Amino acid sequence: MLTKRIIPCLDIKEGRVVKGIKFVNLIDTGDPIELASFYEKEEADELVFLDITASWEKRNIIIELVEKTAEKVFIPFTVGGGIRNLEDIYYLLRAGADKVSINTAAVLNPLLIQEASLKFGSSTIVVAIDAVKIDSDWEVVINGGRTGTGLRILNWVKKVERLGAGEILLTSMDKDGTKEGYDIKLTKIVSENVNIPVIASGGAGKPEHLYEVLIKGKADAVLAASIFHNKEYTIPKVKEFLWQKGIEIRLAGEKIRSEKNNG
Amino acid sequence: MMVIVDYGMGNLKSVQNAFSEVGYKTEITDDPNRIKEASTIVLPGVGAFRDAIKFLKNKKIDKELIDAIKAGKPFLGICLGMQLLFTYSEEGGLFSGLNVIPGGVKRFPASVKCPHLGWNKIKFTHNSNSNTNPIFQDILDESYFYFVHSYYCEADNPQVVYSTTDYGLVFPSSIWKGNLFGVQFHPEKSSTQGLKILKNFGELS
Repeated sequence: MLTKRIIPCLDIKEGRVVKGIKFVNLIDTGDPIELASFYEKEEADELVFLDITASWEKRNIIIELVEKTAEKVFIPFTVGGGIRNLEDIYYLLRAGADKVSINTAAVLNPLLIQEASLKFGSSTIVVAIDAVKIDSDWEVVINGGRTGTGLRILNWVKKVERLGAGEILLTSMDKDGTKEGYDIKLTKIVSENVNIPVIASGGAGKPEHLYEVLIKGKADAVLAASIFHNKEYTIPKVKEFLWQKGIEIRLAGEKIRSEKNNG
Repeated sequence: MMVIVDYGMGNLKSVQNAFSEVGYKTEITDDPNRIKEASTIVLPGVGAFRDAIKFLKNKKIDKELIDAIKAGKPFLGICLGMQLLFTYSEEGGLFSGLNVIPGGVKRFPASVKCPHLGWNKIKFTHNSNSNTNPIFQDILDESYFYFVHSYYCEADNPQVVYSTTDYGLVFPSSIWKGNLFGVQFHPEKSSTQGLKILKNFGELS
């Protein structure tokens, strides 16, 4: 059985990790590569780097970072943030990113999804979607949630799939940062209406939230940032919790532990 | 020299980085002469079957690959690189492969999400301890590996299937025939377990 993926997200600004870094056992807590290696050892299933560097002039820093990460990290990683066109995608993939995630640019120019998936393969193209609840529906928003688009969520996710996206990274802007749990209804409705994997994002505060969105929300993977960065919960602990609850999860310690229990 | 065959697609650097991490120097090339001279060959995989086989044929790399396999050189096909070893693929039409492993490449049924993406278990099919695949040395049965693919292989001869994986149906996740190895998953993205496989393969060179 395919396992559910646990994906930590690192916010990167000018080549450094920003936001909530409390890893006492790391030499340099702001070093993305060190943090990425740490998460690989902790058995994160994938990683997402979200580049929030504002200035275009400093964009080459992320390319260098991707190159160095690819030399040291041997789990898949996705890079997102500020990707505008095929050229941006090309440079990130060539530098060693396994996937890129496009958000605002995909809404402004949906054909970018098609061109990119034809050129680089669907499995390299993640479309990130930010959604806010409006009455009984959700609207797609862009520019970090500041701009409404008038797009209804289901229309957009179906279009995104049709254009060749390999995956959807779905963030509830209502839940993001609240630590009150993912938007289960939003995730469920999206996951049931597309045949590509859906990564749920926004709102993780405790392991139960991950469980809920994987089971009730039918997510294929979960993205979380602060609960891991702040060291409130470690990935092995969260995985152990999900495994105990019967979710298929990659647990390298599984055999060792069951052997221990038997012995 | 171990070569990684470049067929104009995909992130070959990841495979090179992973070999480098476990102590093996590799050369990325699309030059048939370099492939002829190579002691060990890796055929990686990202991209579409049709484009890949077309590239290999146009560059006359296909013949070199088949010769190398016949000559007994250690050969590893990864993901699409494993699929290319088969007789044909149904991806985007019907296309001939290298035909060193009789069988075909087919699309997953509509009942499962496509691509098959993420970490899944492999189950060894062998039932004799003496029949141990050298690249799977120290890899436990039911280990997890990272997969990304929408098509799977179907081998005419079940003897070549070394492990299977379950996703909607049970499909071969690795094949083995003498010097020829194929893995449907990405060892270069499968952390410690994947690196171990690459190291084991490197030791054959």
